Amino acid sequence: MSTRVEKPPAAEVDRPTRLRLYQLMVELRDFEQRAYELFLENLVRGTSHLALGQEAISAGYAVAMRADDYTFCTYRGHGHTLARGASMAGAMAELLGRGNGMLHGKGGSMHLTDVRHGAMGSYAIVGAHLPIAAGAAWSAQVRKSGQVAVCFFGDGATNIGAFHEALNLAVVWKLPVVFVCENNQYMEYTPIASVTAVEHPAADRASAYGLESILVDGNDADIIYQTARQTIDRARTGGGPSLVEALTYRHGGHSRADPAKYRPEAEVREWLQRDPVKRYRERLLTNGISETQLNEIETRAQQKVDAATEEARRGDPARVDEIERQVWGDGSAAWRN
Amino acid sequence: MAELSFREAIAAGIAQEMARDPLVYFIGEDIGAAGGVFKATVGLFEQFGPDRVRDTPISEQAIIGAAMGAAMTGLRPIAEIMFSDFLATCWDMVANQVAKTRYMTDGQVSLPLVIRTANGGGTRFGAQHSQSLENWGMAVPGLKVVAPSNPADAKGLLAAAIRDPDPVLFFEQKSLYGVKGEVPDGEHVDRLGSARVLRDGKDCTIVALAAMVPRSLDAAERLAAMDIEATVVDVRSLVPLDTRTILSAVTKTGRLFTVEENPRLCGWGAEIASIAADECFDDLDGPIVRITTPHVPLPAADVLEDAAMPSVERIVETVKRAMR
Repeated sequence: MSTRVEKPPAAEVDRPTRLRLYQLMVELRDFEQRAYELFLENLVRGTSHLALGQEAISAGYAVAMRADDYTFCTYRGHGHTLARGASMAGAMAELLGRGNGMLHGKGGSMHLTDVRHGAMGSYAIVGAHLPIAAGAAWSAQVRKSGQVAVCFFGDGATNIGAFHEALNLAVVWKLPVVFVCENNQYMEYTPIASVTAVEHPAADRASAYGLESILVDGNDADIIYQTARQTIDRARTGGGPSLVEALTYRHGGHSRADPAKYRPEAEVREWLQRDPVKRYRERLLTNGISETQLNEIETRAQQKVDAATEEARRGDPARVDEIERQVWGDGSAAWRN
Repeated sequence: MAELSFREAIAAGIAQEMARDPLVYFIGEDIGAAGGVFKATVGLFEQFGPDRVRDTPISEQAIIGAAMGAAMTGLRPIAEIMFSDFLATCWDMVANQVAKTRYMTDGQVSLPLVIRTANGGGTRFGAQHSQSLENWGMAVPGLKVVAPSNPADAKGLLAAAIRDPDPVLFFEQKSLYGVKGEVPDGEHVDRLGSARVLRDGKDCTIVALAAMVPRSLDAAERLAAMDIEATVVDVRSLVPLDTRTILSAVTKTGRLFTVEENPRLCGWGAEIASIAADECFDDLDGPIVRITTPHVPLPAADVLEDAAMPSVERIVETVKRAMR
């Protein structure tokens, strides 16, 4: 089977959108870099899964979404959550286990959630959130709210049963949901191709659900944005679900403990040349956006990450009295009288 | 008062809540036109239509996942898992996702959903269609666990579960579906976390759940003929647990027996025994005794299944021997 990466769309992405995409990608890149540095300082205590190199997908979809649309993402979800407008300081503080974290220390890096911004959760069991996203789409459908659920997952999730159950149900019920497979080539430490029956783990399976096979360059923010517009529009106008496979690459290892030595050097070099942030910067320069303008965006992003880091570091440790709060709807953890 | 079967009471409870609240939706396998494999949802499809009473594929993860996503975003779904044994195929959804998401998001997300399921033995279906799994749910923080023993409670507790802001695992003991009983007319809503004293006796307390309740009541009648007067408490809800009612009965009678359909290890009665030992040790006049199914998968043949599950005779014999 040959790789069928779709050509860049004919329609140009307008300039304000491009600047917004670049700004968002730079912010997500800087946030993840900072998270890595804080980990090296031993301030990020638990595990963390960075999405360095995958920023175009988070940014491209987030910019195309309506404010009340739903995002469901994975434990590699800092970028997707922040891209919807969640507080950067709240996210950073959550990574540091501080009381001013967005979940008050009860979720951690793998569960960032900000419902006010439509970030409906980061799910740490591979594949689990696909049916949940379908459920949010079902709710939007019956409430006739016009909302769309977008569900991001890795290539590894395509080999878990929940992927199949969610896709089938979404098609049968014609749900307004977009499933986006971020194929970063590795399921944890293992090349996805070595454990998958087809070359393209999501795109080659679309036909099993009567869906169009959509395979795109996940490191091209314009392509992702255009794909997002098309698939979200289809969902919003009653056309049902889509399954998108976006080809991308993790710049680092699976999690903080993984130096990713199992990847061939040439492969890493090749993908680093396709860095979505660098590529987009070059494209913007050739499209008449000035170096000064880009520098300003980059400086502002650094300042935003610096401010978020400072605010997070100023936070007290998470409060012990949080432990027995919010198990139940009345805010308590009481299981007996 | 109308006389309804347990299965009719279930359908009546769902209908009552769906008529009252347009955000209540019901999904599951064969629940629509077919009326459910246990006929516990007959008439709902006709009354509420295919949008609100929706058949699903055989996809338990998708059923629970869809209910969860819908509950997070404004609906109050009821999901049916045909046999509780099938919870094992979607236990990630139940135990990792549904149960933990409110807590992990520090209350950003509410999950008002009910998972109804046919539970327990007595129908000769063998080890994969007869398990009594209440303790699975009880072991996971974030799940409420309810198991009614009669038609009135089936309707009233189901209505309460649907109105509850939290996820509720609602276990319907399948050998009870045909049992008839009086159900209050008009709107009937009970309260989760309230046990009920069904019989007063001064000599001992028998605590039971679901299908073990009628057996314990029969046993208490026979024990009375032997001059042993037993109090019988129907636990009704394991989470929240009405320890006040249970411990008060134990304090009055000085002896505690649990009658549990589940296999021995980590059954709900073990938790109650532990609480009673901690909190009313000085009121106890003898050891706490648990009457359970042995720690085996439930066998299929009628004679084997009957001998494995706690029977009226076994309850009587065990209590009599312990009280001697």
